[in-house]
Amino acid sequence: MSNASFSRGYQALKAQIDAPIAAYFSSCVHCGLCAEACLFFTETRDPKYTPIHKLEPLRKVWEQEYTLVGKLKAWFGLSTPLHDQELADWQEFIYNSCTLCGRCSLVCPVGNDLSYMIRKEREGMVAAGHAPDGQISAAKRAITVGSPMGVKFPALQAQIKHIEKDTGFIVPVNQVGAEYMVTLSSMEIMNYPEYLEALARIFKHAGKTWTLCSEAFEATNTGIQIGSSDIARELVSRLVNAAERLQVKTLVSPECGHAYTAIRWEGANLMGKAFTFKVQHILEVLEELRQQGKLKTEGLETARMTFHDPCQLVRRGGVIDEPRNLLKTVAQNFVEMEDAGKMNWCCGAGGGVGAIEQAHELKTRVFQRKISQLDAIKVETVVTACANCRITLEEGFEAYNREMPVLGLTELIAQHLVEEPATENAHE
Amino acid sequence: MNEVAFLAWVRGIGFQIALGIFIVGMVVRWLEIFLLGKKHDYSAPKGSAVQGAIHTIFSRSIPEKSTWQRSRVQIVTGYVFHVGLLLIILFLTPHITLFREFLGFGWAGLPNSVVDLIAVITMFALLVALVRRLQDPVLRFISTFQDYLVWTVTFLPLLTGYMAYHHLGFSYPTILGLHILSVEILLVLFPFTKLMHAITLFIARGFNGATAGHKGVQA
Repeated sequence: MSNASFSRGYQALKAQIDAPIAAYFSSCVHCGLCAEACLFFTETRDPKYTPIHKLEPLRKVWEQEYTLVGKLKAWFGLSTPLHDQELADWQEFIYNSCTLCGRCSLVCPVGNDLSYMIRKEREGMVAAGHAPDGQISAAKRAITVGSPMGVKFPALQAQIKHIEKDTGFIVPVNQVGAEYMVTLSSMEIMNYPEYLEALARIFKHAGKTWTLCSEAFEATNTGIQIGSSDIARELVSRLVNAAERLQVKTLVSPECGHAYTAIRWEGANLMGKAFTFKVQHILEVLEELRQQGKLKTEGLETARMTFHDPCQLVRRGGVIDEPRNLLKTVAQNFVEMEDAGKMNWCCGAGGGVGAIEQAHELKTRVFQRKISQLDAIKVETVVTACANCRITLEEGFEAYNREMPVLGLTELIAQHLVEEPATENAHE
Repeated sequence: MNEVAFLAWVRGIGFQIALGIFIVGMVVRWLEIFLLGKKHDYSAPKGSAVQGAIHTIFSRSIPEKSTWQRSRVQIVTGYVFHVGLLLIILFLTPHITLFREFLGFGWAGLPNSVVDLIAVITMFALLVALVRRLQDPVLRFISTFQDYLVWTVTFLPLLTGYMAYHHLGFSYPTILGLHILSVEILLVLFPFTKLMHAITLFIARGFNGATAGHKGVQA
């Protein structure tokens, strides 16, 4: 991110444009339907948040660099070239009001994958030096310290000790040949230690070998969020090297949406080679174990519950049925929100938005969408599978004065595991 | 140029020029898109990219539920003028005669009175679309000169065709000539404006659907 300049930004934008992007821009008819797909528009009714508008800098570069008409227009002085101030002005649209949730990509009638384009547009923003400060410092911490929130291994070690003392389970670290290598998000280490404890319980219960890696436990990827392939590649490579060194069969992405996108989909492309190990989201692992009969649960939650789909899991990851199958094994009153699943609305602070100070007010405002969705079904508890969604939900409920517990699905499952040996330990 | 010479020109040289620009333009645009290429995807697939592409090419013609609920007028207007245009282009008897001349085969047309009604409905839908573009805050905000230009060149063939059929305003050769000219303008602008979406939307849906299919998402 050093030596950022407009010309580097312009070149980066130019380099991002591929056949899909050319087809997308060629197809846009300015119908405006993407506006109603975006919670930043629906909750503010401000046209400037229309998703296709967020792509204007990239569109300009495409037209002027890669089309005959664009060349002619420039030649006759009928168009203005992209300039630095324009990119600076677009930070508000490309970062603050876009979580890369991908809803617009599923709505566009001509089939434009707008989210794919905004992700790429961010590469130009980083190179030009117009990424938001909050994200830049998170990315710097990720590179230098190893975690966007500045969490170092000793902090995790302390937590591991706690868990081992409290539960009597062992949390393996750097175990060569384990079946699963588990990763975490800093958010989980800092705010939701229940997650790691749940994993210890679950893997013990299922009789599977697993491990953490002391040098690569952080799975979130600020490079993906800010839009820097260089940073993203560096962060991904730490995980890949660790998984290869420990010779694990499966690398497990934590309860986090973007971490999954980073390692499951972008990872291999950043490395330029296919992985020798499998990558699964923890929910995919749990569902597999459930199907194999290795996840025996008992007792049912009686509270009226719903599941908030993290965007990167449903729309950009295809993890749709897993959480539902899992939740139904432990919850009696599971109800769906309107638009649940593939079309679920974003929490409003994914894709790095949560790290942007200037976006704080806006993200709270657009949380109204989630409030409306939840008010309509009158639930008592929200379950999710992304630590970032979770913190956003908690902060949102606080801002809107709602008493609403938010649970991670993994820990909920762990709470209901049949204890070994089978003692009747009914759970409330 | 008198009206007979004008009609002869738009039917002859004029049409050839327009068709030539259209064909060259289409080739250029096709190359502009595909020469950019697409990087190989190394991530392990969860589903089929090809199936995803095919699925989305068709499925994206139907709005999903929440979009439908939020944008009914926009969606109905869009459907009406697109279907209307297609029916008029393909099923007006004089158009079929023209197709037969070029392609060597034709098909049954709709009664003229029916196409006439469709033309009125289509023009009405286009007018609604224009009013919405001028009034709706989002549409007004994102619209550019090209949006109004394309609206005009789409509306003119309908209007001149309707006038020719009803012998309104001009002598028949003149209005027929204007009708043909308006279509030629449409052909010339087609590859270089958003009219191109009629072709590229299938490419766009294909790419989007392939990405989604690869990830096991039905887009």
